Amino acid sequence: MIKLYDYVLSVNCYKQRLLMSILDVPYESIPVDFYPGWEHKSEAFKKINPLGHIPVIDDDGYILWDAHAILVYLAAKYDPSGQWYPAGDPERIGETASWMLFAEGTTNTASAARLCVNLEYDFDLEACQAGAHRLFRVLDEHLWFRERQGLDWVCSGAHPTIADLALFPDVVLSEEGGISRMDYPALRRWTDRFRRIPGFVPMPGIFPPAAVKAGSPD
Amino acid sequence: MAGTAGANGECQNRAVLDQWHPVGAIDEAEPNVVHVTRLLGESISFAVTPEGRSAAWRTRSDLTAGTPVDPESVTGTLPSRCEFLYVWTSLGDPPEGSFHIPEFFEPDRRNFNACTLGVYTSAPRAVENFLDMGHFPFVHDGYLGSEPRTEVVDYNVHVDGDTNEIWATECQFWQPAASATATEGQMVEYIYRIMQPYSILLYKSCPAAPERMDLIGLFVQATSEEHCRGHMFLSLIDDESSIGHIRRFVQTIFAQDLPIIENQNPKRLPLDPQAETPIRSDRASIRYRRWLSDLGVTYGVIPAA
Ligand SMILES: [Fe+2]
Repeated sequence: MIKLYDYVLSVNCYKQRLLMSILDVPYESIPVDFYPGWEHKSEAFKKINPLGHIPVIDDDGYILWDAHAILVYLAAKYDPSGQWYPAGDPERIGETASWMLFAEGTTNTASAARLCVNLEYDFDLEACQAGAHRLFRVLDEHLWFRERQGLDWVCSGAHPTIADLALFPDVVLSEEGGISRMDYPALRRWTDRFRRIPGFVPMPGIFPPAAVKAGSPD
Repeated sequence: MAGTAGANGECQNRAVLDQWHPVGAIDEAEPNVVHVTRLLGESISFAVTPEGRSAAWRTRSDLTAGTPVDPESVTGTLPSRCEFLYVWTSLGDPPEGSFHIPEFFEPDRRNFNACTLGVYTSAPRAVENFLDMGHFPFVHDGYLGSEPRTEVVDYNVHVDGDTNEIWATECQFWQPAASATATEGQMVEYIYRIMQPYSILLYKSCPAAPERMDLIGLFVQATSEEHCRGHMFLSLIDDESSIGHIRRFVQTIFAQDLPIIENQNPKRLPLDPQAETPIRSDRASIRYRRWLSDLGVTYGVIPAA
């Protein structure tokens, strides 16, 4: 069974839990004491990932790190429909790669702001927040044009991809980093659509779809 | 707000300046090194000795974060103390002693900081959320509550005449997973105790020792009027669970609250009894708001007209 080196409040670990839940892939969560233990920085953990980062997966001895790389691997291997990582379609695979790189940006701004606020990481909070707003503005406009074409997801085609999945947690937890989504209506509609994907699981801090219907602000 | 925060955001409210405020967990602060945090709109530094003595001061350029320092050699310091797992300091004239937690010293208890997490809300909003059982089934579904068992049965609230602390007693709630060790749902008894404007403790029936209670504290560090850090204090009778397992449980619960409290507007707590619908303002929180008014707290709140 796949082992996921995991921390309950990590967005990047959550991305893996979310994809494996959607694809119905069984896995074992190996809890890493990220905070307050900083176990991912320990010598023992650096034998697993010398960068000292989580998530890492161990799929029957095959070790892989970097959240977005793991998504590529899991989708390529475990999604029989070939939709989450549309490897057979050059245009859609190009778009997926492009928006996955964009998601590195949301991770380094929106999710970095969350680490500043929640755990006092020594980043420039205002720069992270401003950077996130710049990217959210671009994404909101992109999704608005998509909607006008009758499309629901960041890449073309009718099915969501791992690019949506890589972006969703960074976006939906942005309030924790002090980044309001008030001004991004298309972005908010996209997060609501994403929550209704079969197999969706929340993480602490994210409302499940039922709670959203009950009138919560997200 | 006049009298609340100055032009640079620093606190001007006597009632709050004169309190003891937590600035960090002792166990998480490497000894003899400068740690920098924020309190009441100002940058504050502190250091602890390996023996657990502390010094705190307004941050200055010759002692940046991470600099080795002997805390006892620092001059021009603020009042500070190490107590109940945390370093506490004050920007005013604090009382000689602070509140008491006799249970903390019982030899078979496990006392530790479960986590310190920053939140985009005022300190009083964080305390009020902690006090509110009504949200358990909706926000902590499957843990501290579950639909349709949403009823908050009536309980008692009083202010202790000697200590001026708020006590809410005989609270009860049905919980599917009341703690890290719970294997089935149970009716759980709660007592809430508010010792200081930004510090609250809850006593909860303890699965391992029916005649005793587990203690869960939320000691809030108001970093500014609209942002705070919550220090989760635990004093448990549980020799079964690993600390890691308990911490994951508590951090999960804590993070479940974030979207709720971060979306409460305004972020400062309105003290005017007419200001918000009574749904959230049950009896304990009505009392808490009035008590804050009586104490003259204006920082992190919107004072009643
Ligand atoms: Fe809560």
